[in-house]
Amino acid sequence: MTSLLETPRTQPSARGPRRRLVVIGNGMAGARAVEEILARGGAAQFTITMFGDEPYGNYNRIMLSHVLSGEESDADIFLNSLSWYRDNGITLHAGVRVDRIDRFTKHVFSSDGRVTPYDTLIIATGSRSHMPPMDGLYTPGGQVKQGVFGFRTIDDTRKMVAYAQHEHHRRAVVIGGGLLGLEAAYGLRSHGIDVDVVHSAGHLMSAQMGPDGGAVLRRSVEALGIGVLTGSRTTAVLGSDRATGVSLRDGTVIPCDMVVVAAGIRPNVDLAVLSGLPVERAIVVDDRLRVQDEDDIYAVGECVQHRGEVYGLVAPLWEQAVVLANQVTGTDTSALYLGSRTATKLKVAGVEVASMGLHGPELDTDEHIVFSEPSRGVFKSIVVRDNKMVGATLLGDSRKVAYLTRAYDHGLPLPEERIGLMFDLGTPDGDTGVADLSDDAQVCNCNGVSKKALVNAVQGGCTTVAGAMEATRAGKGCGSCKLLVRQVVEWAADGDVAEDPATAYYVPAIPLDKAELMAEIRKRGLRSVSAVFHALAPGGEDAKSKMGLASLLKMMLADQYIDERDARFINDRVHANIQRDGTFSVVPQMKGGVTSVQQLRRIADVAEKHNVPLIKLTGGQRIDLLGIRKEDLPQVWADLDMPSGYAYGKSFRTVKTCVGKDFCRYGTGDSTKLGIEIESRFQGIEAPAKLKLAVSGCPRNCAESLVKDVGVVAVEGGRWEIYVGGAAGAHIRKGDLLATVDDPEEVKVLTGRFMQYYRARANWLERTYAFVPRVGIEHLRDVIVNDSEGIAAQLDAAMQESVDSYEDPWEERTDPMTPGQFRTSLPLTVLPQVPVR
Amino acid sequence: MSAGTATGGKAHVLGPVEQIPPGEGRAFAVDGGQVAVFRLRDGSLRALPAVCPHKGGPLADGTIDLNVVVCPLHQHAFDLATGCSTTGAGNLRPYEVLLDGQQNLVLQMPV
Ligand SMILES: Cc1cc2nc3c(=O)[nH]c(=O)nc-3n(C[C@H](O)[C@H](O)[C@H](O)COP(=O)(O)OP(=O)(O)OC[C@H]3O[C@@H](n4cnc5c(N)ncnc54)[C@H](O)[C@@H]3O)c2cc1C
Ligand code: HEM
Ligand code: SF4
Ligand code: FES
Repeated sequence: MTSLLETPRTQPSARGPRRRLVVIGNGMAGARAVEEILARGGAAQFTITMFGDEPYGNYNRIMLSHVLSGEESDADIFLNSLSWYRDNGITLHAGVRVDRIDRFTKHVFSSDGRVTPYDTLIIATGSRSHMPPMDGLYTPGGQVKQGVFGFRTIDDTRKMVAYAQHEHHRRAVVIGGGLLGLEAAYGLRSHGIDVDVVHSAGHLMSAQMGPDGGAVLRRSVEALGIGVLTGSRTTAVLGSDRATGVSLRDGTVIPCDMVVVAAGIRPNVDLAVLSGLPVERAIVVDDRLRVQDEDDIYAVGECVQHRGEVYGLVAPLWEQAVVLANQVTGTDTSALYLGSRTATKLKVAGVEVASMGLHGPELDTDEHIVFSEPSRGVFKSIVVRDNKMVGATLLGDSRKVAYLTRAYDHGLPLPEERIGLMFDLGTPDGDTGVADLSDDAQVCNCNGVSKKALVNAVQGGCTTVAGAMEATRAGKGCGSCKLLVRQVVEWAADGDVAEDPATAYYVPAIPLDKAELMAEIRKRGLRSVSAVFHALAPGGEDAKSKMGLASLLKMMLADQYIDERDARFINDRVHANIQRDGTFSVVPQMKGGVTSVQQLRRIADVAEKHNVPLIKLTGGQRIDLLGIRKEDLPQVWADLDMPSGYAYGKSFRTVKTCVGKDFCRYGTGDSTKLGIEIESRFQGIEAPAKLKLAVSGCPRNCAESLVKDVGVVAVEGGRWEIYVGGAAGAHIRKGDLLATVDDPEEVKVLTGRFMQYYRARANWLERTYAFVPRVGIEHLRDVIVNDSEGIAAQLDAAMQESVDSYEDPWEERTDPMTPGQFRTSLPLTVLPQVPVR
Repeated sequence: MSAGTATGGKAHVLGPVEQIPPGEGRAFAVDGGQVAVFRLRDGSLRALPAVCPHKGGPLADGTIDLNVVVCPLHQHAFDLATGCSTTGAGNLRPYEVLLDGQQNLVLQMPV
């Protein structure tokens, strides 16, 4: 990714000489300005060259908070890939910074020694993290000390994630309790790090809300397990070569392994200052986004100061980019930028905070409406002036946010009964206004999605709210516009919107969450999937809900479950994993990855007899026979005469083990033996999603126990650590330490109890890496280890019942459960289509 | 039901309906092609080409309800009556399938 991307400069063509447009800064504002210019036919007017200090295409910076918390992967936040630049004929110098502008000869000088001439220049250098003065921030060599991070770029974020996942790193201090600091704290918390936020003002988010709201917010933040210190200034970072703690003004020392500085941002103006451009707090621009007194230099984004304002949010830069593009291309030279009203939302799951405009009354005539319910974490404050809303702070209840944002943005008239601003009392007039929104009105500010873009998506066939959101990425940033997105989609589909399976439902067809669904099933004594549909699904049977219900009922009822085979997914009907060509893979059980001469010989014979196209060792320490036809499955199982390894179901899969103390010279515990015992006990247990386990014989962790759903590690002194919620697939997460115990038997008990709690509480297809952070490791520890809810015995008993009802599904080979269970479904295709090695 | 009725196509007798458990589908070879026949839980029958237009998945191995079949490979869904994809994959042309007096499946192939 660090390579310079050199597309040959297009020569001035027959269309007449094109002017040279150079853009400094390839962030959200720079790239957006170029998109707007291209949309106005800019490609015919200009040859475009962009310089970006970061060695990438353009990405959505605001999503870095979600990347840090693991809710998004870093690959998914790119807005313009390198090929976008190529396809649009833009020369991108990625990883190159511009050091100086010669505005008299019209050239820019960049760090790679290049001198690039321009006719029109756009500066979009954005901001950087502000490092407030404190001792020990830098090493004597002038580098930021190891373990100290800013939070601005994708590289910052990647480094923080890597550092946070290092097993010795357990504590972090975040300096700054504003939006960015709280999002950083929440993100680190998701990695199981203990976090303290140190904020110099008297209450959190002091730039966005008053002290009353701040006090309510503090309780919600502390409830996430984040420590909060307000009114304290950090004076020094401790540690000689890497951060080991911070000290505060009052002398308090907080030991920690990492320090994140989120104490504000500063516009990147060095380049402008050096080049003699007018800079006050930022680069001064006029209403045309032109740098003051310059004819050919424009600036946009966080690096500009317009009418005295410097913004730190994306919404203003979308508006600026439109004006700038109209000016630069000459499309509409009367277009002016007159400033933006800004609203902010905190992107921390479970803590709803939105704020806009004033936090409190300023004139005697201002009305101030306040509602406060600290015990539920709810606080609402609205300031009204001349019957217009001029400010609002909303905590803990986001239902009115979309409406209020619009009332604020557009100065909508307000209901006479002011309480209607805070609570739904029938339909407020504001909510019917979607039709009145202009086509290019921005619906999603984070991703810059207009009403028109959403309407086009709906007309293109995305008639669910989720589908339209996926297609346009509207609502995928801070999420505050979701309600408005929904209204636009519903309006565009003319009421014909396909209903989203509400996210809380366990399965889409039944409007109940898991707890409610289980209660109804118990109350009504339902025992089969068809009975559940009949009793509880308003629309009757639903294909997409069947598998989840089958799994839930099996978990709840064990051998009392009436097993209707059509409710199963094909893998569970035929106990093998379907492959891309319709053949299946067969993975026999090989407990703990331990095998024998007899097993190996038998597997070899079977593979030979059935002409198995591919024999492969799996990541789960077993042997996979791939490319088996459905009709051959029973014979293959019969010839193998080994139990199923369950490599196909939403179920307990395998226990990976290392060799452990019998052979390994480091081993402190018999990991192989314990792994085999765990697998023997829990084989085939269904769950909302698959469960992969591991046992390692010492902290060298050869079986990768820290990234398993349940991972066990033997430590000195004959003790065992149990980690839960780890993952190393599409998502990477280090497991959280549930308990350290003395006895392998205790490991088995806690493993079973954890898995049962997960089976009972997790959403369908919710892996433990999502479940564990959702409910919180402290809570799990309380319930599972300390039995704070008094349900341990009940969980153990339910698990025992499931264990007792285990039957090897491959026994069905002699006695198929349904007619044609193993009948081919693709009789005429030439098989196999998977490559034969 | 005799050959060449209503739609004027050719009729194929595929054997007893019991070959298909309720709520599932099975594939049949007909005229050098493959047809997936589904027996819905309300007793009615549907038939579609057996091969998913998306990437060739075996539709007879799919999960069904009274309206759609969901392909096992990438979960595209197809309306059982019309063959139209409800998830944006290609569409399928449905076949007519009935029971004769002996509870045999009879498939009408269009001409
Ligand atoms: C973690 C995080 C969360 C955020 N969340 C939100 C949110 O929820 N809502 C919201 O509205 N805003 C949010 N923001 C703020 C938002 O990201 C910024 O307002 C926006 O990115 C500003 O865009 P910009 O183009 O002005 O600056 P940037 O996106 O910073 O782009 C500037 C680019 O210019 C490059 N550059 C600088 N100097 C030079 C040079 N001399 N030569 C070459 N290249 C140079 C930089 O490397 C950078 O890539 C968040 C920011 C962060 C960091
Ligand atoms: C469609 C593609 C895939 C199929 C069908 C598949 C199938 C499987 C199966 C059946 C197992 C279990 C083996 C066993 O239980 O012994 C397994 C394990 C594993 N797979 Fe995949 N896999 C696929 C793609 C991937 C991808 C893309 C990754 C990596 C990103 C991956 C990483 C792993 C790992 C690490 C394991 C081992 C897990 C463990 O040790 O417990 N797989 N895979
Ligand atoms: S984890 Fe420890 S005991 Fe197990 S193989 Fe590795 S070094 Fe040996
Ligand atoms: S092959 Fe059917 S959905 Fe992909």
